[in-house]
Amino acid sequence: MDEIALGSLLASTLRVATPLILCAMAGVLAERSGVIDLGLEGKMLLCAFATGAVGALTGSLPLALASALAVGLALSMLHAYACVSHRGDQVVLGVAITMTAAGLTVVLGIAWFKMGGQTPALPDSVRLSPLFNGAAPALSALPFIGPLLALGLLGHNALVYLSFVLVFAVWWLLFRTRFGLRLRAAGENPAMVDAAGVSVLTLRYQALALNGAVCSLAGAYLVLAQNPSFVPHMTAGRGYMALAAMIFGKWHPVGALWACLLFGFLDALSIRLQGLSLPVIGAVPVQAIQALPYVLTVVLLAGFIGRARAPKALGTPYVKER
Amino acid sequence: MDVALLPAVNLAIALLVAGGVVLLVGFKPEQVLTLLIKGAFGSQAGISYTLYYATTFVFTGLAVAVAFHGGLFNIGGEGQAMMGGLGTALVALSLADHLPAAVVLPLMVLAAMLFGMLWAAVPAALQAYRGSHVVITTIMFNFIASALLSYLLVNVLKEPGNMTVESRRFADSARLPGVHDALAWLGVEWPRTPLNLSVLLAVAASVAVWALLWHSRPGYRVRAVGFAPEAALYAGIRPKRQVMLAMALSGALAGLVGVNEIAGVHQRLLLDFVVGAGFAGIAVSLIGRSHPVGIVLASVLFGALYQGGAELAFEIPGFSRDMVFTLQGLIVLFSGAMAQVLAPALQRLHHALRPAAATQGAAHG
Repeated sequence: MDEIALGSLLASTLRVATPLILCAMAGVLAERSGVIDLGLEGKMLLCAFATGAVGALTGSLPLALASALAVGLALSMLHAYACVSHRGDQVVLGVAITMTAAGLTVVLGIAWFKMGGQTPALPDSVRLSPLFNGAAPALSALPFIGPLLALGLLGHNALVYLSFVLVFAVWWLLFRTRFGLRLRAAGENPAMVDAAGVSVLTLRYQALALNGAVCSLAGAYLVLAQNPSFVPHMTAGRGYMALAAMIFGKWHPVGALWACLLFGFLDALSIRLQGLSLPVIGAVPVQAIQALPYVLTVVLLAGFIGRARAPKALGTPYVKER
Repeated sequence: MDVALLPAVNLAIALLVAGGVVLLVGFKPEQVLTLLIKGAFGSQAGISYTLYYATTFVFTGLAVAVAFHGGLFNIGGEGQAMMGGLGTALVALSLADHLPAAVVLPLMVLAAMLFGMLWAAVPAALQAYRGSHVVITTIMFNFIASALLSYLLVNVLKEPGNMTVESRRFADSARLPGVHDALAWLGVEWPRTPLNLSVLLAVAASVAVWALLWHSRPGYRVRAVGFAPEAALYAGIRPKRQVMLAMALSGALAGLVGVNEIAGVHQRLLLDFVVGAGFAGIAVSLIGRSHPVGIVLASVLFGALYQGGAELAFEIPGFSRDMVFTLQGLIVLFSGAMAQVLAPALQRLHHALRPAAATQGAAHG
């Protein structure tokens, strides 16, 4: 494999991993506070639709992002209202959001744009373009490392880099601030948080608000960077894969980042290995590589490679009287 | 009031919100509703299609319900149904050329149940013996099932030269007769539809689940563990076994979807014959209050929505069948996740109306 191929493999790994990273961070924020989020897939899909629809109608990037943010926050507040305030089943809510999103985006898309559920292609002014356009040609001249840097690391748009910054930000928030300590405590031992005079409900609402905001970026990325428009069911299981990555990363932002990069790499690799025969093992079926993230997560959950321990109060609504 | 009123109100809210969406996209809800009912029940063919869809939902709905009574949430109906289809197809492809229908068909049903059961047994065992959560593992197993099915179809079962990803057509002895065939034997004329004898299997499965859960010892144990795991343990019931039993049954029921779709209709193994039926089962089980009678009724409701929705998409240009999936999601939202949101308000209303409705209230219990 030469450096150009290596560079493009690195590039597609990062491209595929970005929505996973954003989505997994959203998951980490919610689940660390004790609220299961199985609705990531649906939240991401509806946010992507909002981005695509508003972007196509107004031709404005800020408005498209703002609408994604509004939809993400609205869904998270619904999540909080049903599951935190009213102690509804968190798993059922996630399933409900995902099912509703899958249907609603198609219904609205067909009714509003009459293109079989797609939105019109976004103008280039709305889409995200590579951030370091100037740097690439200059670097390509360098031997070996040049193409790797230019193709693999510097050819991306702002959201890709932002996702890495966000991982750090989430880590810092969760592990270096008072708010983060309380948020994690709400996920481990809410009664103690309550006894300390801090509202578990408020903490979980805040965690979910952050979850909605970060998740809206994941949805927006799909439309602004990956695809030129919204396409029905375009999340294609990414929300669940992000969930798997979050678990694989043991509910830690940095762990989740590595898991997302691994899953992104596997995805990028599976496309390149299609039809290729490897020296020792022969042809690797694409489906095996595609299923690998899920298999690995199951194996990890089963405790065969390390131990993934969920936040202790995950999934249990907090009842004050206890 | 908790048994009937609250679920009815929740269902009504879901329907109202769906009606709002219909208005929003520019159609008249009453026109949509009329056409939907006419499409689902207005003709012999419509009724047959409704029941055909309902058959699949009975299987997945029961699957969710059985696991639910064991205190487990099986989101893996989708994958288990795929595996059920695979089992059905493998029996049909290997045996149907040599054996008569009387032997092949029962084997196909058994294989569907067995494959579904095995696919549910792995997450169940991991939950029971390794402590990993069944919700997550069953989701993962959906994706793994989908990858496995795709691999087998593309690399092993696909006919050479065929461009579509599907197996070869089964021999005739692997065809589960349609209801129109069965009625023709009795001398009744009935339009040709996908409705097949699996519908009887669905009825049998409902009765069996009812008998097992409420009138047998193993069923009692499963429910005891689901209702109060600590108390069950104290009473000498081993929770791990009940987890295995509940999930195995659940998987077997979901696997039966393969019989309805693969043996009854398609006559060959396809890639996406499940199309969300596993998730629909969650909605069905929620509205049906996880009871076989409720599930059968809810399945007919959903069957009617699917069939009526297909008819609607045909009749009104620009109307998407996905409206049905939206409604399905809204039902899970309002009847499932937000089921208790209105309970305090209804309770207050109930108390406020009590003096006036004392005689009526007594009749309701």
